[in-house]
Amino acid sequence: MCQVGEDYAEPASEEPPPRQPGREQKCVKCKEGLPVVVIRAGDAFCRDCFKAFYIHKFRAVLGKNRLIFPGEKVLLAWSGGPSSSSMVWQVLEGLSRESAKRLRFVPGIVCIDEGAACGLSPEARAKALAEMKLILQTVGFPWHVVALEEVFDLPPSVLRCFAQEPVGTEGAYKAAVDSFLQQQHVLGAEGAGDSPSLAQGEEQLSWPCTQDPQNPQSPDRPPTAAQTEALSRLFDSVKTLTAKEELLQALRTHLILHVARTHGYSKVMTGDSCTRLAIKLMTSLALGRGAFLAWDTGFSDERHGDVVVVRPMREHTLKEVAFYNHLFAVPSVFTPALDTKAPEKASIHRLMEAFMLRLQDQFPSTVSTVYRTSEKLVKAPRDGCAAGPPGPRCLLCMCALDIDTADSATAFGAQTPLHLSQTQPPTPPPTAPCCSAGMGRVQGCCGGARPCEREDPRARVIEQLCYGCRVNMKDLGLHRAADPGVPG
Amino acid sequence: MPAPQCATCHKARAALRRPRSGRALCGACFCAAFEAEVLHTVVAGRLLPSGAVVAVGASGGKDSTVLAPRLGISLRLVAVDEGIGGYRDAALAAVRRQAARWELPLTVVAYADLFGGWTMDAVARSTAGSGRSRACCTFCGVLRRRALEEGARLVGATHIVTGHNADDMAETVLMNFLRGDAARLARGGGLGSPGEGGALPRCRPLQLASQKEVVLYAHFRRLDYFSEECVYAPEAFRGHARHLLKLLEAARPSAVLDLVHSAERLALAPAARPPAPGACSRCGALASRALCQACALLDGLNRGRPRLAIGKGRRGLDEAGPPRDGEPERAPAPDAVPAF
Repeated sequence: MCQVGEDYAEPASEEPPPRQPGREQKCVKCKEGLPVVVIRAGDAFCRDCFKAFYIHKFRAVLGKNRLIFPGEKVLLAWSGGPSSSSMVWQVLEGLSRESAKRLRFVPGIVCIDEGAACGLSPEARAKALAEMKLILQTVGFPWHVVALEEVFDLPPSVLRCFAQEPVGTEGAYKAAVDSFLQQQHVLGAEGAGDSPSLAQGEEQLSWPCTQDPQNPQSPDRPPTAAQTEALSRLFDSVKTLTAKEELLQALRTHLILHVARTHGYSKVMTGDSCTRLAIKLMTSLALGRGAFLAWDTGFSDERHGDVVVVRPMREHTLKEVAFYNHLFAVPSVFTPALDTKAPEKASIHRLMEAFMLRLQDQFPSTVSTVYRTSEKLVKAPRDGCAAGPPGPRCLLCMCALDIDTADSATAFGAQTPLHLSQTQPPTPPPTAPCCSAGMGRVQGCCGGARPCEREDPRARVIEQLCYGCRVNMKDLGLHRAADPGVPG
Repeated sequence: MPAPQCATCHKARAALRRPRSGRALCGACFCAAFEAEVLHTVVAGRLLPSGAVVAVGASGGKDSTVLAPRLGISLRLVAVDEGIGGYRDAALAAVRRQAARWELPLTVVAYADLFGGWTMDAVARSTAGSGRSRACCTFCGVLRRRALEEGARLVGATHIVTGHNADDMAETVLMNFLRGDAARLARGGGLGSPGEGGALPRCRPLQLASQKEVVLYAHFRRLDYFSEECVYAPEAFRGHARHLLKLLEAARPSAVLDLVHSAERLALAPAARPPAPGACSRCGALASRALCQACALLDGLNRGRPRLAIGKGRRGLDEAGPPRDGEPERAPAPDAVPAF
């Protein structure tokens, strides 16, 4: 009864499925090996078939979408958690295979240290960092460890959407692959591969294992105590856990994109699994982001223009990821997140996660149903008006604004408690130096300002936000701008 | 701590805080604001042109009770009697009291008359199988909409309004995602349907009012309504969505309206949209297949195979179409002879 149009022959929760896995059951794929894990509804796989199935899914998602061109620099966003660790491992294995099936892009890893936002002590942060560095050195890709405090040093340009590169056509992809293979062949014949993007020979790759020497920031420089404190204060000033999580996501995304842009990566891979994406879809619905679901949960997210975020793990369920990591010893690091040990009702994210997982117990196809529905969402502008210049974008999440004056829901009563008509200073005060310089200085600069000056930059910020971000803004403290990178 | 002053009239003590904006209002100001907003919804959406004869789906519950006195057009009350013992009879008594109070003509249409003796209780008996869900809401929802149309035609109405509130819309969008109903997601989200192919245009003026506010309005206006839930409600899948919605509302008061906003802005692939509807070959009503869903459901009931029209493919009906490939053949529920 859960799925529309489907009639379950067996009742949903009362009785177990009629087919009991017996001792003589074999792997459903090779029919020979002894099964070690059950995927989906009763498909038992042996170890080797499971590995092949898992790897095949990863390659198929990449291959089907044909977005990653050979030789492209791709940044892997690694949080230390199981899904992203699995993704990194897949890339590692994929790069070391025999030449025909080898992955053809150039990876790097970025890891954001969010300890300050989550309230970790410096010792705990150092310990987690040490564990991470150990794994990063094992993997061997060029890595960048960035503390979240560096978001204060971001230039305002991160909020500007860069011109989008036209997406290559089918022919362009094939041509790129062919030319790459040709170059490979030539280089292989010459026996030298000194260009970094073609540094793939038959033997194991030797990546530079430290930061790019051109980058002035070395990964070992810890953030200053003032920055850490400023970040803690920022997060403490947010009233609800929901808004904190959204703020953290926004800051993290901008930081990763900044790292990608600085070091010339054109793609970012995140390890969102199928389960996480289904939960994220429902959470986004509840947060008012219905217009942007296709960007939030689709395979590729190109709203930032020059850097495209892709999600290659989107067809792997959390269960598969966990089993794979366990069976094949994929290393991962646990770091407490914002909502670790938070009660279930603390935030919309936690509520939705608990709800989906509980419903999944009762109706085992819940996650896959939501995922399949998400595949039917398209990145369409509102009301199908494809023509015309692209509209303004949200300041925080970079999606096209989904609010206009004729809006039914927002016309129905005040969306924000502020009224723009209340205070109108004759000339807008110079907010540029105050708001773009960083959180600490905003506090000092606006603290003594008159109320109308303090409200005006906030009202101006709000009108540049989409519906979802506006609702989040309500939970942020009144005397701070939402983002350090607000352009003047 | 004493209640703050009303934010609008600054005279009376505030009686409530509105969920969306957090403003504290006294009873009278809240009612005025609520009525103004509902009126704005109707006017801005051009939902009910002047001179329309409007059939108000009156269930006796709070939503339709709130709806009736507020629209200044020719109103007729239409109540549907689904034949649910112990529930609908009590609700109908409330509807009759309301009709008397506002002096509006009331028409009651009963399933038993319209659908050949099939009351909901009979349907429930028919579909009760071994451990399977009775799918009562599936039948009741389809048949009730058909009954409303019939009732509306009987009173000569040009529009139908129902009292669905924001919570209903939020639950619907959550449910549709959880069940993977892309067709409904593509169709829904607007403020009602314009009325294609002979079906009367429908709208939901309370769509943007959250349930909390509807209850409070009914309380301040001292409206007499019936508030017990349907006997079959605990079995419905909507219960999960409703439970989730209450939790979300506790975490963030504006969650209901955020969901409605999301629902209005969903962008689904054109392939997911349902095909343009035609007419049912039996009764002539709006249908996307040869048989409209009401006729298909009744067909199954009359044949003693109530689940015939539920599920993919609708095999065995009188309409053309081969069984879909890949669908494992499942035996229908053990045939239960309906007992009257």
